Amino acid sequence: MTDNRIVPIIMPKWGLSMKEGKVTGWLLEDGTQIKVGDPILEIETDKIAGSLEAGDAGVLRRRVGTPDTVYPVKALLGVIADPSVPDAEIDAFVASYVTPPADEGDDDEGSKTEIAQTPAGALRYAKRGDGAETVILIHGFGGDLDNWLFNIDALGEAATVYALDLPGHGQSTKTLDNPSLTTMTSALSGFMDTLGIASAHLVGHSMGGAIAMQLAASNPAKVKSMTLICSAGLGPDIGSYVDDYVAAQGRKDLKPALEQLFADKSLVSRQLVDDVLKYKRLDGVEAALKGLSQALFGGRKQHDAPASNLGAKMPPALVIWGKDDQVIPVAHAANLPGAKLHVIENAGHMVFMEKASEVNNLIKAHIAAA
Amino acid sequence: MARKISMRQAINEALEQEMTRDASVFIMGEDIAGGAGGNGDQDAWGGPMGVTKGLIGKFPGRVLDTPLSESAFIGAAVGAAACGMRPVAELMFLDFMGVCFDQIFNQAAKFKYMFGGHAQTPVVIRGMVGAGFRAAAQHSQMLTPLFTHIPGLKVICPSNAYDAKGLLIQSIRDNDPVIFCEHKNLYGIEADVPVESYTIPFGEANVLRDGKHCTIVSYGLTVGRSMEAAETLAKTGVECEVIDLRTLSPLDWDTVMDSVENTGRLVCVDEANPRCSIASDISARVAQDCFKALKGPIQMVTAPHSPVPFSPVLEDLYVPSAQQIAAAVKKTMAN
Amino acid sequence: MNAAKKSTPGGGIFPLDKPDLLVAYRTMRRIREFEERLHGEFAKGDIPGFVHLYAGEEAAGTGIMMHLKDNDRIASTHRGHGHCIAKGVDTKGMMAEIYGKATGLCKGKGGSMHIADLSKGMMGANGILGAGAPLACGAALAAKFRGDGGVAISFVGDGASNQGTFLESLNLAAIWNLPAIFVVENNGYAESTSRDYAVAVDSYVDRAAGFGLPGVTVDGLDFFAVYEAAGEIIKRAREGGGPALLECKMVRMYGHFEGDQQTYRAPGELDDIRDNKDCIKMFSERVIEAGVVSRAELEAIDREMTAEIDAALAFAKSSPSPTLADLSTDVYVAY
Repeated sequence: MTDNRIVPIIMPKWGLSMKEGKVTGWLLEDGTQIKVGDPILEIETDKIAGSLEAGDAGVLRRRVGTPDTVYPVKALLGVIADPSVPDAEIDAFVASYVTPPADEGDDDEGSKTEIAQTPAGALRYAKRGDGAETVILIHGFGGDLDNWLFNIDALGEAATVYALDLPGHGQSTKTLDNPSLTTMTSALSGFMDTLGIASAHLVGHSMGGAIAMQLAASNPAKVKSMTLICSAGLGPDIGSYVDDYVAAQGRKDLKPALEQLFADKSLVSRQLVDDVLKYKRLDGVEAALKGLSQALFGGRKQHDAPASNLGAKMPPALVIWGKDDQVIPVAHAANLPGAKLHVIENAGHMVFMEKASEVNNLIKAHIAAA
Repeated sequence: MARKISMRQAINEALEQEMTRDASVFIMGEDIAGGAGGNGDQDAWGGPMGVTKGLIGKFPGRVLDTPLSESAFIGAAVGAAACGMRPVAELMFLDFMGVCFDQIFNQAAKFKYMFGGHAQTPVVIRGMVGAGFRAAAQHSQMLTPLFTHIPGLKVICPSNAYDAKGLLIQSIRDNDPVIFCEHKNLYGIEADVPVESYTIPFGEANVLRDGKHCTIVSYGLTVGRSMEAAETLAKTGVECEVIDLRTLSPLDWDTVMDSVENTGRLVCVDEANPRCSIASDISARVAQDCFKALKGPIQMVTAPHSPVPFSPVLEDLYVPSAQQIAAAVKKTMAN
Repeated sequence: MNAAKKSTPGGGIFPLDKPDLLVAYRTMRRIREFEERLHGEFAKGDIPGFVHLYAGEEAAGTGIMMHLKDNDRIASTHRGHGHCIAKGVDTKGMMAEIYGKATGLCKGKGGSMHIADLSKGMMGANGILGAGAPLACGAALAAKFRGDGGVAISFVGDGASNQGTFLESLNLAAIWNLPAIFVVENNGYAESTSRDYAVAVDSYVDRAAGFGLPGVTVDGLDFFAVYEAAGEIIKRAREGGGPALLECKMVRMYGHFEGDQQTYRAPGELDDIRDNKDCIKMFSERVIEAGVVSRAELEAIDREMTAEIDAALAFAKSSPSPTLADLSTDVYVAY
């Protein structure tokens, strides 16, 4: 792999616990010209199904992965190379490729999360990379840091990336007194203080976007830039998702709720539903979610308009939206004057999962420019 | 945060967390501390299988070793529950139910109804069920159908550590009498279990595997064997939907019916004896309500109509095996 | 025990002041009136099922229950009407229950053998002989956990005193030092079988001693004897002194159940009971003779009780029956 004209397509590691994945089908023929972000093949894990998007441009020269076959993470699935590279070299590359062994130490590092004792209580977070710029990923209502499984490693290549579980969420404290946008924003601010993060590039999804804006408005020195993905806080409208998610008591009603998050409903796997259900059944979660949803989105209206508080304090801002978002209407994307805007086709509320490469590249560019 | 712990540890943790949360919860049973009154370790046993080990040190006075006197202490648990406590009584082997069943099926199960709704009896009777321990006919039975038959009782039988913790916490918080059946051969099996308290609602089956050709319904130990059969069959192109009932009373009929509507075929796997069993109960209801969806005859894979034998050779033949389950699927598929 | 010799704080010759004597009489008359009316109504064929009358035994139930508060629990027997009334349960609701009406205490779902009112500490009449003893242990255990000074009383007849549940409960209560009191209402017959035939020991004091419990035998026809003996035992239990057994020797004025021809009795036995062993008559004569209460005062209570039971009967007869909608409700708190 010293020859950078030949780029391997390998089984990705989606999420902390992924050890292997199944190739379910190729989306492209041999010889196809590929650009960055193009979906190449479909992969299924026990957690999620998704398409592997190209991280590099070139020509798809060889499809190695066989459909309906399980491969370990980092196994060779295909080869991208310039047309000028002879077939014999491709053959030799494939023949000599050795899947790097799953390094236990590396594996532990890759799946490690930590607990920060903050003024809002114990908050779990993951940290990747050690770049000069600091990025904080803030999930949405009912989500957790694992939502960023397709983003955190990519963003960590060029920055120090933190992803946290907000109070009431994931494996953080389930105690959430006075649930409100202000409370959640204080929790984020306290998290930064605890970890000694003076300022950061905030990437917020949905409710996490509203939290990012609120922090930028109340404490502009802490926010170097904002990336708002399908963000709350940019208008009053909101779909039934929050209510449906909170009300869901079993898999049967949770699955249709979660399907509202994706343009491609087939991404909602049994395991994804099970994992969310297990979270929802933890003591304290129901109360936290009910309180928070009532405070922020009660009566199926967004109650907070943090964007209106930004004014001159607005940091460089990027707005990304999935065109098929069923939770918060894509029309809200235009409601932040001065922000760069990208609306992505064939993606829903979880655009950063569905179109991970594209979103990752947009965020990287935004941070680099900020 | 989840980590791998055994079903034994999961049950212990559920008891500990509920005793911490609610002062009205206490536990009682034969040898559950296992050293009462002696001059040695008061926590010598922590139950014959060590399930309650360590609890007496954390909750002195709330972990009661009882005399070998099942009628008295099970009845006392029922009486205390009727007076506002939340006892969890361990009956060691649920085969001992024969000694004290009156207190459960004539008393606990009926108070609510006999007293016109003006009573509640939040008692949990937990204990071991199932074969495979070389413990012979009086310590190995799967008596779940007996309990399920009784209106007023709830009957739970987890298949793994995660479910055991969530279902036991739900059982303790539930306001009706619950018979909590722990398969002794699952105690050592580990699964990812959250550190936090959580509940799993009753009457919600767990669909462990999707499949379009045949539905396999089971509970307890034979869930794992059903999954094993399904994985084997998948290699031959037969996709089975595997349903873990988790709770037998209430029972998640919707999930069973919906699955059979999709697959058209049903195999019921039950470690209990076949007559008037969970398997026959489900078979009858599906035949009655989903007749038109059925593409082949319903199959039951159960223990034989005999007591549990002692000889290891015989006992291994007694419990439904993955091979028997796969054969039953093939049989209904042949039609 | 001779109550008449005892001086009370009020300076009288009885252990109770006049208002309490009237309360005692009123309770006994209420029971007698209730039971005799049922006897008459049963003969007309209006009352469904089994009815076991407490007439003739009023002094025991009343003498014990006058020491109890609502947070003290009792576990009764199949012959439970008198216990209910003495524990303060409403006669209208009881009568409607015995008639199987929707307005009954248990909505017509329990009947004579399952009347309960937990708000009064009445944990239920019980159709299973001896079943109440473990339940009372549980109630006593709950009281001990709560530390509220409550006691629990288990009633059994001489017949059920042979049940394993009863004997196991004596042991359990003894080893846990429970505030539980076991009252043996010895009316000489277990259904139709003589006590002397069915019970191996002559004295229940001996039986209690076998379990390390203090035991007392009193003349159950003598209200004052029962009142004083029960008072001491109950006080001791409240103060942490532990369980005890109280045998009340008494008589049954009617058969085991209504319709019982009682041919197992000796000729003249019933006449002797009515003429010479009527505990209410004995009480009346004592208090009138002593000049504490006038005959007119007691007769006024008699009239009052007649009117009350008239009203209860009218209420029961005119009440609606339960309907199909009630058939399957109240089985679970939530299912």
